[in-house]
Amino acid sequence: MSDRDTIIRVEEVTKRYGKVTAVDRVTLEIPRGEFFALLGPSGCGKTTLLRMLAGFEMPSEGKIFIDGVDVSTIPPNKRPVNMVFQSYAVFPHMTVFENVAYGLKFDNVAKADQYGRVMAALADVKLDHLAERKPDQMSGGQRQRVALARALVKKPKVLLLDEPLSALDAKLREAMRFELAELQDKIGITFVMVTHDQDEALAMACRCAVMDRGKLMQTATPSNLYEFPANKFVADFIGSVNLFEGTLEVDEPDHAIVQSEELGGRIFFDHGVSGAGGEKMWVGIRPEKIELLKREEGSTPPTPEDAPSGCNVTAGTIRQISYLGSESIYEIDLINGRRMQVSRPNLSRWDQEDFTWDDEVWLRWHGDSPVLLQS
Amino acid sequence: MAKKVARAPLDYLNMPAMKAWLAGVFIFLYTPLMILILFSFNDSKANIVWKGFTLKWYVKAFENTQLREALLNSLLIAGVCTIISIVLGALMAFAFWRFKFPFKGPLESGMSLPIVVPEICFGVAVLLFFAKIGFPNDLPYPFNLTQIILAHVTFAFPFVAIVVRARLESFNPELEAAALDLGASRYQAFRDVIVPHMKPGLIAGGLLAFTLSLDDFVITFFASGPGTITFPVKVYSMVRFSVTPEVNAASTIIILITVLATVLALRAQAATTKES
Repeated sequence: MSDRDTIIRVEEVTKRYGKVTAVDRVTLEIPRGEFFALLGPSGCGKTTLLRMLAGFEMPSEGKIFIDGVDVSTIPPNKRPVNMVFQSYAVFPHMTVFENVAYGLKFDNVAKADQYGRVMAALADVKLDHLAERKPDQMSGGQRQRVALARALVKKPKVLLLDEPLSALDAKLREAMRFELAELQDKIGITFVMVTHDQDEALAMACRCAVMDRGKLMQTATPSNLYEFPANKFVADFIGSVNLFEGTLEVDEPDHAIVQSEELGGRIFFDHGVSGAGGEKMWVGIRPEKIELLKREEGSTPPTPEDAPSGCNVTAGTIRQISYLGSESIYEIDLINGRRMQVSRPNLSRWDQEDFTWDDEVWLRWHGDSPVLLQS
Repeated sequence: MAKKVARAPLDYLNMPAMKAWLAGVFIFLYTPLMILILFSFNDSKANIVWKGFTLKWYVKAFENTQLREALLNSLLIAGVCTIISIVLGALMAFAFWRFKFPFKGPLESGMSLPIVVPEICFGVAVLLFFAKIGFPNDLPYPFNLTQIILAHVTFAFPFVAIVVRARLESFNPELEAAALDLGASRYQAFRDVIVPHMKPGLIAGGLLAFTLSLDDFVITFFASGPGTITFPVKVYSMVRFSVTPEVNAASTIIILITVLATVLALRAQAATTKES
């Protein structure tokens, strides 16, 4: 990544409050025009990092560059970034128009140009017909649009969004996801969003940074985070996962085998896991990557003949079923007592009737499905 | 026989006994005031028997130059005291809301001390204070009112501070952050976002300060130098001989002023609270 295309560079940034380290030596680069998400559980430091980008907090150590300029000690009113706050923070005593025009006062924009720019920003968020409204006459979704227009009218280099969708109801939240992504695409400004909702981050962001206890765990595209998590935390935080502790037994260029007491057998990989050192490691398998098959009394496991070669098979009994409409989630007890989660799409209207409580089943998954995690 | 019907809380107001009680409370509260106002129109020197309607006591009150002067003094003192109290009270409330500093807890409790200290003690203290520092007693009008204004501000501004402090608790700090984020300086954010939020508190507190100052007798009595007189003090001196309808008329005017100020303040407050 050349320096010209990097809009935000965070270098070894640490933020301490007394003895508490909120952000611990985070290094990040965000390219111009990207929709970037900071994802993590509450208290992981993502909001502190965002507030440092905005200038409300100063790093204890390290530097923050925005468009090549070191802004680490520059106050918020002098930074080329604007923010959409979690509470939207729309000024209650001003009309929508006055709210959006407020920030332009400080930019030496001629009075004549202000009107046009405010109305254009309001049109971008489809609120131009409500310019004279007061915020108390608007819904939460509309207030959020005011906050968006108020930030975007300043033409910031980066737009920061703090949990932008958390206060909306479920339907509106989903609609706003698409709208925000579309808006970002249209205006081309770099968006940095903080969220604790993994669906939100995966659905909207080009890339996500997952944080835990102040540390950056992994930065990757949504699909890489999900399919190639870097560690147990990421695997567990993004989606659901079945984790098994084990030891590496075979590691060849074309296959690998992990012996796992927890699973009660071996786990086969159809690829090498070269470089994986150490004795203790974990294998993660996503619930939707496991196939369920009926297991009759005294039957043998499905052989490679009726499955792709290199399959993993284990036996279990269905204990719990959550029917969610589009899919069903099965909690299955393995022979050795370990519980595993399997999800199954309801492709036809009768699929959920294939399996019921206490059914004996085979669990089968392909050799390229599990991921090996070393930490 | 009529069955006993369970009542919802608001239904109790429909009971005749309840209505009578309510009426009784209002009569108890307002009869003295009504009599005062009624007899200001009585065409008799004695405040006992109704003789007929007249406005002559109002004319007489207006022609009483001393009374007029006292009323003007009181209004001037109350006005200046209100403005100073609003500024000081707002700053104090803001300081306690925004900053952390040593002894903040005790200081914040101490904020209400002038409210709980008996007026008579406060009055004596003020008198001693002014005597001790040798405050000049012979300043020309209107500066001869300075002592009274200072004394009034001392007990009035904590009321403003308490009201504004309570109002600030409901302030969303993200509003200030948003103003800073949009390019405002700290002062501009304070002026454009925090002060508008404080406004209902400033109005309510200012109203308190105004009425407290306008009708204060005890502290004024101690603080006023020779030759300066306020309305309550003047009325007291008039009543010492006899309660003439002239006093009734003057009091009615004061009631009118305070009611008017209250209505205006409540209106302004309703307009601002609607926004938030």
